Amino acid sequence: MSTMVDPSVSPPTQIDGGRRPTTGSGRRHFFTWRDLVIPLVVAIAVGAEVYYLNTAKLSQIVESQMTFDRISDSTIEHVKLAFAVTALVLVASIPVGIAVTRVRLLEPFALLIANAGQAVPSIGLVAIVALVWEIGFWPVVISLTLFAVLPVLRNTIVGLDQIDPDIKDAARGMGMSPAGVLFRVELPLAVPVIAAGARTALVLAVATIPIGYFIGAGGLGDQLMQGIKLSRNQQMFAAALFVACLALILDWLGGIVERVLTPAGIR
Amino acid sequence: MLGLNEVELRRRIGYVIQQIGLFPHLTIAANIAMVPRLLKWDRKRISERVDELLALVGLEPADFRGRYPRQLSGGQQQRIGVARALAADPPLMLMDEPFGAVDPITRERLQSEFLGLQEQLKKTIVFVTHDFDEAIRMGDRIAVLRVGSHIAQFATPEEILQSPADDFVAGFVGEAATLKSLALHRLTMNDLAPPVDARAGLPEVPLGASLRDAVDAMLETGHDVVVVTDDGRSCGSVRMSDVLAKGGKAAANGAAARAGSGEAGELSS
Repeated sequence: MSTMVDPSVSPPTQIDGGRRPTTGSGRRHFFTWRDLVIPLVVAIAVGAEVYYLNTAKLSQIVESQMTFDRISDSTIEHVKLAFAVTALVLVASIPVGIAVTRVRLLEPFALLIANAGQAVPSIGLVAIVALVWEIGFWPVVISLTLFAVLPVLRNTIVGLDQIDPDIKDAARGMGMSPAGVLFRVELPLAVPVIAAGARTALVLAVATIPIGYFIGAGGLGDQLMQGIKLSRNQQMFAAALFVACLALILDWLGGIVERVLTPAGIR
Repeated sequence: MLGLNEVELRRRIGYVIQQIGLFPHLTIAANIAMVPRLLKWDRKRISERVDELLALVGLEPADFRGRYPRQLSGGQQQRIGVARALAADPPLMLMDEPFGAVDPITRERLQSEFLGLQEQLKKTIVFVTHDFDEAIRMGDRIAVLRVGSHIAQFATPEEILQSPADDFVAGFVGEAATLKSLALHRLTMNDLAPPVDARAGLPEVPLGASLRDAVDAMLETGHDVVVVTDDGRSCGSVRMSDVLAKGGKAAANGAAARAGSGEAGELSS
């Protein structure tokens, strides 16, 4: 057989065709001006509130409650609680999500528990955990973990399920072990979806922590609930605003972490 | 090979599938390097191998190494799929409808490019396709499978075209078996009439093109002769009357010509 040149064909170096590739090097800017919107809005809101607290006429009691030290201590405590809850949620739901995608029989049971955790009123959940255990930091963390498990569990399952079966087929076909397929292919590809679930859990935690006030959680919930109970509207408003801003900022940070963790090829 | 476990066995078979299945989160270099990494080659050897393979499939290594699959066209992606399958130099390749998902023009290009590649590689390739014309074009031997994966006929393309084993195979061959067999006959110096005077507008085909390409060129341009070129220079010609004279014998000659070159066993269903 002589050279296999087909007359209808151009030389190999020019061969191309089919789907158009995305343009050029394809790398979009990692940060854009959009990333500044949330911090800016939060900074303005917090700045305005601090200005108000410093200049408005507050009752003596409110003034003694709303010192910089107390607020910042509460905020730090609030952040600690939120991170503890989110960390526990991740540790609990990612392995379960992986297990569910391997052993499909587990799915209804796992989702039942996760759904129940979210369906039970969070204030009831907090009370139940406190009843059977004790009050303080960890009972709050545990009960809010139960509450926030669902988004991460569901996203882990969805994130793993949505991966193109052909990619997994190719991975197995070339001789990757099941663990290799999971860690080298499936999990990296599921990162954006799992991370989105984690952000939801984080925001849920920040917003629900004030309920832990009833069992001595600490955090900004103390300020908020005192403000409500004692009709100290300025205190209540300030605490609610700080909780909201905290949720926005942590979600924003989560978004950046998500981007860093997402492999460049699918960003 | 039978002593190996499933996972190790797979690492010794180059595997190309229709949907390509490149890893979208990894660069082209990392995609190609996957099996060598599983086999724990050292970095330098892997890196050299990646460059070698990219050059082999006609993609500039410096340009393509760091790209991601989504930045490539479908045809380029399938070539990376082939390069990835070849990475650890497996003795056997399994290609499952590798060109099924690309448009007809790209498919034709990839087919001829791959035939050229196979000239260098000389690997045993099991090539699965539902496209009988592709089977004729790519295969040295074709196994036609009937329902239940029973082999209906296992023979060279020429034999299948000329004497299908039964109605099922004949149905697979479809209409115009003689016309299809023209595609099997590659032009060699022995086939050629002396060069004709170069007239403007005469169709040209390169040496090694098939008789079908020659006929196609004649039909397209309305001439009854086609100039055969070797390295761009005229080395002979083929006339329509020669083709008619050979007629049904073309396939038989083609069969003889190909029997000597059957280094790759290709199956098709």
